[in-house]
Amino acid sequence: MTALMAGIGGPLAVVVAWLLIGLAGLLRPQSTRIVARVLFPLGAAGGVALMACAFPALSADPISVTLPLGLPDLPFHLRLDALSAFFLVLLGVASAGISIFSAGYFRDGEGTAPGLLCLQYHVFLASMALVLMANDAYGFMVAWETMALSSYFLVTTQHRIAEIRSAGFLYLLLAHVGAISILLSFGVLQGGQWQFAFDAMRQAQLSPTWASAAFFLALFGFGAKAGLVPLHVWLPEAHPAAPSPVSALMSGVMLKTALYGVLRVSFDLLHAQLWWWGAVALAAGLFTALFGVVFAAVQTDMKRLLAYSSIENIGIAFAAFGLAILFHCSGMPALAALALAAMLYHSLNHALFKSLLFLATGSVLHATHERSLGKLGGLIRRMPWVAWTALIGTFAIAGLPPLNGFVSEWLLLQSFLFTPQLPQPFANMMIPLGAAALALTAALAAYVMVKFYGVVFLGQHREPQLAEARDCSVLERVGLVWLSVGCVLLGLVPAWVLLQIDRVNVLLLGSGLELQGRSVWALVPMSSERAAYSPIVFLLGAVLVVGLTVFGVRRLYHGRVRRAPAWDCGYPLQTSRMQDTAEGFGQPIRHIFEPFFSMRRELPTPFDKAPRYRVEVLDRFWAALYLPIARAVLRVAALVGRLQHGRIGIYLLYSFVTLIALLVIVL
Amino acid sequence: MTLPWSAQLIHLSAALLLLLSFAMLAQRRVRSLVNLFAAQGATLVVSTVIVAWSSGQHHLYYSAAMTLVLKVFLLPAILHRLIRRLEVQWDTETLVNIPTVLLIGLLVVIFSFGLAQPISQFADTVTRSTLGIAIAVVLLAFLMMITRRKAVSQVVGFLAMENGLFFAATSATYGMPMVVELGIALDVLVGVFILGIFFFQIREQFESLDLHHLETLKED
Repeated sequence: MTALMAGIGGPLAVVVAWLLIGLAGLLRPQSTRIVARVLFPLGAAGGVALMACAFPALSADPISVTLPLGLPDLPFHLRLDALSAFFLVLLGVASAGISIFSAGYFRDGEGTAPGLLCLQYHVFLASMALVLMANDAYGFMVAWETMALSSYFLVTTQHRIAEIRSAGFLYLLLAHVGAISILLSFGVLQGGQWQFAFDAMRQAQLSPTWASAAFFLALFGFGAKAGLVPLHVWLPEAHPAAPSPVSALMSGVMLKTALYGVLRVSFDLLHAQLWWWGAVALAAGLFTALFGVVFAAVQTDMKRLLAYSSIENIGIAFAAFGLAILFHCSGMPALAALALAAMLYHSLNHALFKSLLFLATGSVLHATHERSLGKLGGLIRRMPWVAWTALIGTFAIAGLPPLNGFVSEWLLLQSFLFTPQLPQPFANMMIPLGAAALALTAALAAYVMVKFYGVVFLGQHREPQLAEARDCSVLERVGLVWLSVGCVLLGLVPAWVLLQIDRVNVLLLGSGLELQGRSVWALVPMSSERAAYSPIVFLLGAVLVVGLTVFGVRRLYHGRVRRAPAWDCGYPLQTSRMQDTAEGFGQPIRHIFEPFFSMRRELPTPFDKAPRYRVEVLDRFWAALYLPIARAVLRVAALVGRLQHGRIGIYLLYSFVTLIALLVIVL
Repeated sequence: MTLPWSAQLIHLSAALLLLLSFAMLAQRRVRSLVNLFAAQGATLVVSTVIVAWSSGQHHLYYSAAMTLVLKVFLLPAILHRLIRRLEVQWDTETLVNIPTVLLIGLLVVIFSFGLAQPISQFADTVTRSTLGIAIAVVLLAFLMMITRRKAVSQVVGFLAMENGLFFAATSATYGMPMVVELGIALDVLVGVFILGIFFFQIREQFESLDLHHLETLKED
């Protein structure tokens, strides 16, 4: 038992520690000082500990334990294998940064009492860790629902604002619809034996029809949590509503638990896959990615922009997942491993840079009380720490080498480009299209990030009160730097990271990339004749070019005599109103992708005394899918409402008639 | 074949119970309704004691004592006090068509006997034939709650329903376990207290205890 507990005991201890930290917050619920200075840093230490004790489990054999908890005949089963360990490491890394940032972030008077917030936050962390370790459907669903509920309460921290309440409700609704679907999927997976431990499900033999049903129920359920189009509508509402560290945690880590779930079901619990599942997942993923990035390009609220960007990244992950299934079923293990590695790598990257960017928006929000891009600007001079760390995050998310975002997108593109003939002609047609869509998405993502960073941090400040913006506190800086360093390191040693990820490949696919013996400094996914990438060389090259340019400009160009201009290139006067705005920058995209949007525009006439331009970009899915459902529900509710008369006698009559009817049936 | 006289007495008290149920169904005045309820409780006590004596089930004596204290003395006393305090002594139910309700009540009794027949074949108690009456008492009390509009009569209906349940338990299986009976007794007592508080609240709000005022609370 002790040997058994050695591996899984560490993560379990962290879960218990997080729960205790959360409960400790209730001792002095009103004391921001204790919660922020003691409890949140302890939680961050828990994150580091989780990372440290989950990492060895990547290369260890799977360990299972049964906890003496739960219902009488349904104890909780836990299991720690390479897949769980990978996502636990992800949770540990991201949560450590976010927790230490939160220690400096949460202040007095922000809705929920700090002690309660501390409880919700740490229960959220603990439930995510339990989701990743659960080895039976019952424990999984309990942890999954705890995760949904605790995050709902975190989203509605400022529950006095009606919009935030409705955003929280939308999130809770979709989370529950998804949970029902996951529950049904587990119901199919047990295959008629009514054994809900995952070990039993691994043994179950399902016919292709039922296996497909289980897969698509899981895809729907986990897709609702991850934000797969058309189940994405809660993301752009909930993220702006939530406090920034919560957005970071939800976007950075919680969405990844959905990816974990989809991997667990399709590669671990289902023993055989069908190629067309992969095709569907690939198509859905690519559409989601493109949809997300196009919407991100036209947003004017910085947190909504990041929320749509999360949708895009989830889409990329799902595309890689679909590709992995496609290759796996077509008998191409090396390519399947490559696609799967790209998915896992991208998940890890996204956890880091998206958390980083959400935290940066939190700091900006605290300093300026402004979320709208149109009122920010020039913050790099006021908030250098936030601006420079956010720059790293921006580079990473835009997919620029030598940072981490580039590596995963490059790996995915490689797996597209290496594709030989697939046995299915339909899939063969999709692959080049998919590669093109992915390239377009990556390019647009870079565009979006230029807009985000340029409008918020560069140029001149657009509102006078921005001049008083202050940089973030020390603890917040620690969190930001932690995540930025993660982005840089993951970008610089991709071959080593891939070596670790390959253990998950071996677990899920039965074979890996066969990376042993290759150099750590250069990334060679298939063979060095085809493609190779060395971030160090690239970094040195980039530094060299930049250095030479700076040197050249300084020494050679400015060395000459240069007098001040008379006309100043036509810019004798520069005001902040001359800068490009978020709307202006996004305008070309809005034009090109017009069919995607439904827009509401207010154009000023030439005679307006105070001209105002306003454009509102709406989601077509909302009007086409959600509003009809809502109307149908209301109609049914109105029918049911007719039963309500308000007269107690009538209500009693209902009970009486029901009783009599049931008795007659019994007879 | 003649029944032992204890069984005949039980049948007699069962018939009395049914008769009292019908009397309650027909009674318009609130105070008389409470008296009828007390009488029903007394009948219940008598029948329980007889069952206990004839079958040798000693715990039924305790149940009978509890019923006596609670349903014959305490609850009627509380209800009378409430009625006095609320000044609804002279309230009558107006909009009840008594003959129709009594006819429906007859149908309910026939239905109950039909229902009880297959069940009582499985019971091995001396009282099994009274199960139909017990079910009828429950359903008649339910019917009374449906047809009444005054808050106090509703509560009496609720309590009468509990009487029926108690009688059903005694006749089918010689009573429920003592713990359950204690629990139910406590429930009923607390329920009456809470409803008493509600009466005052309702009257304060609407200046009447007529429940049709509550219809305005419905959400549109």
